[in-house]
Amino acid sequence: MSSHNSALPRFRSSSRLLRSLQHGDRPWQGLIILVSVLVIVLMLAVGGMLWVRSAPTRSALGWSFLTPTLDANWDPVNSNFQAWPFIYGTLLTSLVAIVVAVPVAGGIAIFLAELCPAWLRTPLTWMVELLAAIPSVVYGLWGIFIFLPQVVTPFGNFLGDTLGQLPILNLLFAGPIPASGASRLAAALILTIMIIPTIAAVTRDVFLAIPNSQREAAKALGATEWETIWQVLVPYGLSGILGAVILGLGRALGETMAVTMVIGNSIEGSASLLRPGYTMASVIANEFAEAVSSLHTSALVEIGVILFIMTLLLNVLARFLVWQVARQAPQEGRA
Amino acid sequence: MSTFAELMLRHRTARMRTRKITNGAMLALTGLLTALALVPLFWIVGYVIVRGGRSINLAFFINMPTPLGVSGGGVRSAIEGTLVITLLAAVFAIPPGVLAAFYAARYPNRPLGVVLRFSTDVLAGVPSIVVGLFAYAVLVVPMGHYSGLAGGAALALLMLPTIIRTTEEMLKLVPGTLREASLGLGAPEWKTSLSVLFPAAANGIITGFLLALARAAGETAPLLMTALGNERFDLGQIVTSGIQGHQSAFAILGRIVNQPVDSLPLALWKYAQQPYPERVEQSWGVALVLMIFVLVINIATRLWAQNRARKLKG
Amino acid sequence: MTMQLMTEVKHATNGNAPIKVDVKDLNVYYGKFRALAGINLAVREKQITAIIGPSGCGKSTLLRSFNRMNDLTPGSRVEGEIALDGENLYAAGVDVVDIRRRVGMVFQRPNPFPKSIYDNVAYGPRLYGIRGKADLDGIVERSLHSAALWDEVKDKLGQSGFSLSGGQQQRLCIARALAVEPEVILMDEPASALDPISTLRIEELMHDLAHSYTIIIVTHNMQQAARVSDFTAMMMIDDQRAGRMIEYDQTNVIFTRPQDKRTEDYVTGRFG
Repeated sequence: MSSHNSALPRFRSSSRLLRSLQHGDRPWQGLIILVSVLVIVLMLAVGGMLWVRSAPTRSALGWSFLTPTLDANWDPVNSNFQAWPFIYGTLLTSLVAIVVAVPVAGGIAIFLAELCPAWLRTPLTWMVELLAAIPSVVYGLWGIFIFLPQVVTPFGNFLGDTLGQLPILNLLFAGPIPASGASRLAAALILTIMIIPTIAAVTRDVFLAIPNSQREAAKALGATEWETIWQVLVPYGLSGILGAVILGLGRALGETMAVTMVIGNSIEGSASLLRPGYTMASVIANEFAEAVSSLHTSALVEIGVILFIMTLLLNVLARFLVWQVARQAPQEGRA
Repeated sequence: MSTFAELMLRHRTARMRTRKITNGAMLALTGLLTALALVPLFWIVGYVIVRGGRSINLAFFINMPTPLGVSGGGVRSAIEGTLVITLLAAVFAIPPGVLAAFYAARYPNRPLGVVLRFSTDVLAGVPSIVVGLFAYAVLVVPMGHYSGLAGGAALALLMLPTIIRTTEEMLKLVPGTLREASLGLGAPEWKTSLSVLFPAAANGIITGFLLALARAAGETAPLLMTALGNERFDLGQIVTSGIQGHQSAFAILGRIVNQPVDSLPLALWKYAQQPYPERVEQSWGVALVLMIFVLVINIATRLWAQNRARKLKG
Repeated sequence: MTMQLMTEVKHATNGNAPIKVDVKDLNVYYGKFRALAGINLAVREKQITAIIGPSGCGKSTLLRSFNRMNDLTPGSRVEGEIALDGENLYAAGVDVVDIRRRVGMVFQRPNPFPKSIYDNVAYGPRLYGIRGKADLDGIVERSLHSAALWDEVKDKLGQSGFSLSGGQQQRLCIARALAVEPEVILMDEPASALDPISTLRIEELMHDLAHSYTIIIVTHNMQQAARVSDFTAMMMIDDQRAGRMIEYDQTNVIFTRPQDKRTEDYVTGRFG
């Protein structure tokens, strides 16, 4: 069967092609195509199902479901649902987490990629990755009993006493933080710890992919190590770094267990970081199993829709950035 | 207009000193931040080991949960449940994941391949709680009850994008010459994929499976609305009663997955929230078991991957 | 046309020019491996010195010793001395950053930063604290003139450095190196990645630059060495694979009546 005589390759290969198609390539092709289509259908099904199952509240409440208001109602008894407190909670905690996590993760990535001595590199990288492997509930458990009383409550008191007294900032920092520490601040800080490994790992890969010629060019001009990193490498890898940040943001938006264990799960009216709050993922997790009325269930599913759309948009944004990088990539000198 | 030399002289020494100081400070800062980020790792792991260790004994692993006040309770139902659900998830996710990855690796630029990759990315970004909603709607509602099957399916959906991505990347790493050699011998495409490409990429692929599995084992959110949790889940009892009742293997399997099932993360979540100190102590024990499971898989696979890489480099 | 250009543009070879960089008994090690052994070389000021030899003989290692770029390779170690204007570059406490400003480098493949043309050239001066727009404008224009690139880019200084052709990118890199006013310019096979016409332009540029700067170039192209340089140093590896200096003299001597048989074999193309 095997062609040891390749004197006329083209003629041979076409007949070999025919033979191999009869040897099971058709079914194989069919199989992998079928499965791929299935995956695509799955993605559409997730979106579609969410949309369909949220229909009752969408038709009953329309846009009022989303309107930003600090005085929102979430009233299963009277079927009055407004999702803004959850949207606000998700956005606030995620954005604060990103703001704190990005510089830290960036610093870690720079250290691991550029500065770390070779023998230390692998163990440290492992350890940062292990941080990402800790299950969310375990973060929550540690959060409730250790992190909150020992770190968040004192810190929250400090913020409330300082920033909470200043004119504009006190919208965000009006205390007092509950004695337990359960607050949006707690959620934001735990999220920070949880997304740092993600952002750091991707950013580190970005730095490692930057060609050495850039470093040499900068050093040859007399730049210091930091000047090389900050003024040459970071601009070079900026799109990749932004991609890492978006990945981290996506993770923060969807994080459920650790957040719900420390955020206090309340929709009291304050906008402050120091007060208990609620996120979209948390309310679904907490209320779904006990939701009785179909409108209540539908409202929770509609929150799922909002979450889904947010992560979808982030995805599109990330793809766009990657496309930008490819467009701008240095072309080899055309003569 | 001054010459460069004159400009240099004007700024020179002070500027150089500032540059050196900035350099040193920023570099030290990155090292500091790295150390800082590792503090939670040691803090959490250390605390879980110490406090969880107090609750762990043989009874903890072997016994079913007991009511409050009765000592000697364990989390066997949760451990068995975790194993069942994770295994189910693996069975559901791995075959389609690998097959889809074959397509994505082979035809990345065809329209189907492009859309496939996009779908994989979208699915990867879907929050786990939303995946739970989906599994609820598609499995729990039609079936009429919560079940381990639905839980396994939800976890499978979470694992699927990771498996597709990792498998695709590993397949792409296989040198094209290997594939050409196989085809050149007259082997059909499917045989090349299964007996040449897959084994060549197997190590990386298996590492990907295991890491995805470890992640799935730690998931809670989607299980809240699918597997629900079940303190009376007793695998041994189901199997033995089934054998005694002359049930087929399939029927026994059905009984296993067709009811609400407990899992370690769920148990942790439940116990941690109860106002009873004993339950809280037990939740630390569960955390320890869970962490051991997850971290052991992680560390073992990484060690193994490193070892293979080192052997390949020779 | 080439011959004509050479007689018009070629500056005078001066065998009595003062010594700018003096290499004394240089040994470079990477870990246990000795890459360069006992190199002695006296580079004369404002002359073009070419380092030639078969591939792998340590030409680039030697070149990179002049601005201590070898320090970036882990495990590298230097014995011996390289004196710039009499001061040893490898003495304790020497400021490497300052050395790299005084000894500039142009690489084999053009490597502009992902910045505008203007910002590429202004990068070096900005490092040293020069901020004023008028000052920077002047430096950028001067440097681009010296690199024979000004006319081609003066209207598009804001465009990305990557938008230029290969030859232009290399001249941009030269302008970038010139902007910090080095005393010595090192060139590591600067035209090997370029087409013949761009190569010729770079060679013309070298002659112009030699009026103001000391130039050391590494090249595997003997004809280029013969065309361009005033002095030529021939290197080869010995039995332990360490690079050694075989012969060093004025270029016309090396190419017409070399003293060492190995030099003669190499320049006549019998091996290499």
